[in-house]
Amino acid sequence: MLREKYERVPSGCAVSGILDRSGRRFSGNDIIQSIALMRERSNGLGGGFAAYGIYPEYRDHYAFHMFYDDEQAREISERFLNEHFNIAEAGPIPTKKVSWIINEPMIWRYFVLPKEEKLTSSGLLSDEFVAQCVINLNKRIDGAFVVSSGKNMGAFKGVGYPEDIGEFYQLYNYEGYMWTAHGRFPTNTPGWWGGAHPFTLLDLSVVHNGELSSYGTNRRYLNEFGYECTMQTDTEVAAYLLDLFTRRQGMPLEIACKIMAPPMWDEIERMPDDERTLYTALRTVYGKALMNGPFSIIAAFNSGMVALNDRIKLRPLVAAEKGNVLYVSSEESAIIEICPKPDKIWTPRGGEPVIGMLEEVKA
Amino acid sequence: MISYVLPEFLVMRDENRCIQCQVCVRQCANDVHYLDEKDGKVKADDAKCVNCQRCVTFCPTHALTIIPNPQEFKANANWTKKAITEVQKQAESGAVILTSMGNPQEYPIYWDKIVLNASQVTNPSIDPLREPMELKTYLGRKPDKLEFDEKGRLITKLTPQLVLNVPIMFSAMSFGSISLNACESLARAATELGIYYNTGEGGLHSSLYRYGKNTIAQVASGRFGVHANYLNAGAALEIKIGQGAKPGIGGHLPGEKVGAEVSATRMIPEGSDAISPAPHHDIYSIEDLRQLIYALKEATNYTKPVSVKIAAVHNVAAIASGIARAGADIIAIDGFRGGTGAAPLRIRDNVGIPIEMAIAAVDTRLKEEGIRHQVSVVAAGSIRNSADIIKAIALGADAVYIATSALIAIGCHMCQKCNTGKCNWGIATQDPQLVKRLNPNIGARRLVNLVTAWEHEIKEMLGGMGINSIESLRGNREMLRGVGLTQKELDILGIKAAGE
Repeated sequence: MLREKYERVPSGCAVSGILDRSGRRFSGNDIIQSIALMRERSNGLGGGFAAYGIYPEYRDHYAFHMFYDDEQAREISERFLNEHFNIAEAGPIPTKKVSWIINEPMIWRYFVLPKEEKLTSSGLLSDEFVAQCVINLNKRIDGAFVVSSGKNMGAFKGVGYPEDIGEFYQLYNYEGYMWTAHGRFPTNTPGWWGGAHPFTLLDLSVVHNGELSSYGTNRRYLNEFGYECTMQTDTEVAAYLLDLFTRRQGMPLEIACKIMAPPMWDEIERMPDDERTLYTALRTVYGKALMNGPFSIIAAFNSGMVALNDRIKLRPLVAAEKGNVLYVSSEESAIIEICPKPDKIWTPRGGEPVIGMLEEVKA
Repeated sequence: MISYVLPEFLVMRDENRCIQCQVCVRQCANDVHYLDEKDGKVKADDAKCVNCQRCVTFCPTHALTIIPNPQEFKANANWTKKAITEVQKQAESGAVILTSMGNPQEYPIYWDKIVLNASQVTNPSIDPLREPMELKTYLGRKPDKLEFDEKGRLITKLTPQLVLNVPIMFSAMSFGSISLNACESLARAATELGIYYNTGEGGLHSSLYRYGKNTIAQVASGRFGVHANYLNAGAALEIKIGQGAKPGIGGHLPGEKVGAEVSATRMIPEGSDAISPAPHHDIYSIEDLRQLIYALKEATNYTKPVSVKIAAVHNVAAIASGIARAGADIIAIDGFRGGTGAAPLRIRDNVGIPIEMAIAAVDTRLKEEGIRHQVSVVAAGSIRNSADIIKAIALGADAVYIATSALIAIGCHMCQKCNTGKCNWGIATQDPQLVKRLNPNIGARRLVNLVTAWEHEIKEMLGGMGINSIESLRGNREMLRGVGLTQKELDILGIKAAGE
């Protein structure tokens, strides 16, 4: 059987996310408790978290979380990193032995900045430079995998139930202003650590529940813009589409969401002129970026997060607010578990993005 | 000279059923049936029969059956009946054998070696009877990205697009090759369906200008009927470089079919053969094509998308890339099974490549060059049913052209004798008595029915795959698997084998 990296695996899942818009940092306990409640939605073959604001002491450095299959992969990767970056700190990510978690790879962390001369000779801005290094590392170095690469954030994932993964990484020892989590139910694989969610690129992380029936179309579309979907996961597609639209094409987040989950044509026909023109153009130009089939995703980035459903809501997604805190989750119960009396709780409509931004960003 | 060519068909008349009504005599433009004055009985000259089945259909007592002539030559796997007959014909005529409709030879039909996917468990299928299912398709040039101002308002203006309610168009068939009533059937059906029909290279009859909103006006190497009003009459323009049935040569319209109306529309003398030059004599290379594309855009004030139609030939992917870069908004690719009103038999049966391979190769090449999203690609050349359409789109087409199936819908029985101008079904003829047999209202109704039926089927298959919008099928080769194909064929089609 091909390892997951080389074969596409459909999976069902649970997702959850918490953002304190004021920027107040809190431990990983809440998110672990929330995702743990939805244990039924996972099968122990994948769990993971993205945490934002956890590295204030290195807030301007890119934090690389790495998986290595063996020493050799680490040596080759570190040679690559040393060649392209100045490394401020490096070391294994602390983990705790948990009986259910087995076959873990070597898990390392590096705080790095691109070398000036490399930036100059490549002619790239530092984000794009880092993105290309990540893609190269994943593609070229066998046995190495970049788990995350953003500033002041990190992804923690593996094969296991998410609450065990949280325990394994001791996420209660970290504090962040935003957390997302994922519990996975893949259908036919023993599980590969790299295949767990979240999937990340720079500070963008995506946790995803669903299976894209448009995968082949989306992948070929992204390929035209230089993205190679090497992971064979739908999550990768969602992440790259968001990256293409928001970072590379500089599009407002709401618009990017409306490309990925657009209104129906008959709805567009009933819109006022300006809106109709806009949505017609979006669907005409970006039709191949429509994500078809069931999904609920939570995409997070340093400044906030967005939760989005497919346009006919074939997967569950619930949102709630309490004070400054925004909660999104596959199930209402997973929110009530950590926030028993929210100010507001609602079920977003298919294709209606729930967007939460840090207050300092809005101002 | 006595002809050695045996009759291709035999007319079998059940004497017990025949009531000597002579409907067959009146219906047959080939003069097969006649009343024998001596014994007062209806008889047939088998040698003239083309098996169009007009008489069979109209015989009130079902007394008629047309069968292939069972007379065989001594068995020979190499010198088949067909091979011998063709030599005999040419020895008698000294001429190129002219034929019609698409390549009928036994080449592989890749559509029939590709199977589709459907959702089970992990991903729900979508029920088109209960959920929206979108087939709307925009053809035309697309920018790399849309620009927005600081308030999120759209700045980019799109260039003109064709809007199709279903990703199907009626392919180019000229007035001349087909009758005015056939043209009108197509035009009315396209209007009712919210799609487009293509004029072909014969200009536009004055009575058809009112269907302009649903018309694609073609410009071919003969420039028949091309003038300012014509260029501005339709919703789009198409430069015809080549045709799947006869790559490398121009159109053929035998003089027999050039009557007063065709003459006026094409702007050529009555009774003259209309043979288009093989190349456009103002296009000897790709940069010349660019000039013609922009000449047409200038002439129509940039209000219409311009399509370029080519035959699927060996190097089709690179040619399509050149066409995209030359400024075409739509590229139409016509496979070697594509039909024709008249073509030399050797060319029809031997030149060009299958549309399935061509579409897959073009889509992949344009994708690799990062320009696939900029242009639309239309597949043509023997789309026989809705499954062929689904497969064409999953291989990378934006929409398809249909022509042979459209003609079958309005009465064509595939006798492959369009070039004679004696079409008993009123389609490929200019004889007023024959043309009258095709009522454009009924023709349009049959076409609307066909496309509507296919639309339902496409929605069912899409929904089964868990897709509710046709754009999510475009180039989605994950939805296809090959059965009985070599690895090389699978690679070119860009699909996996069944079970993979």
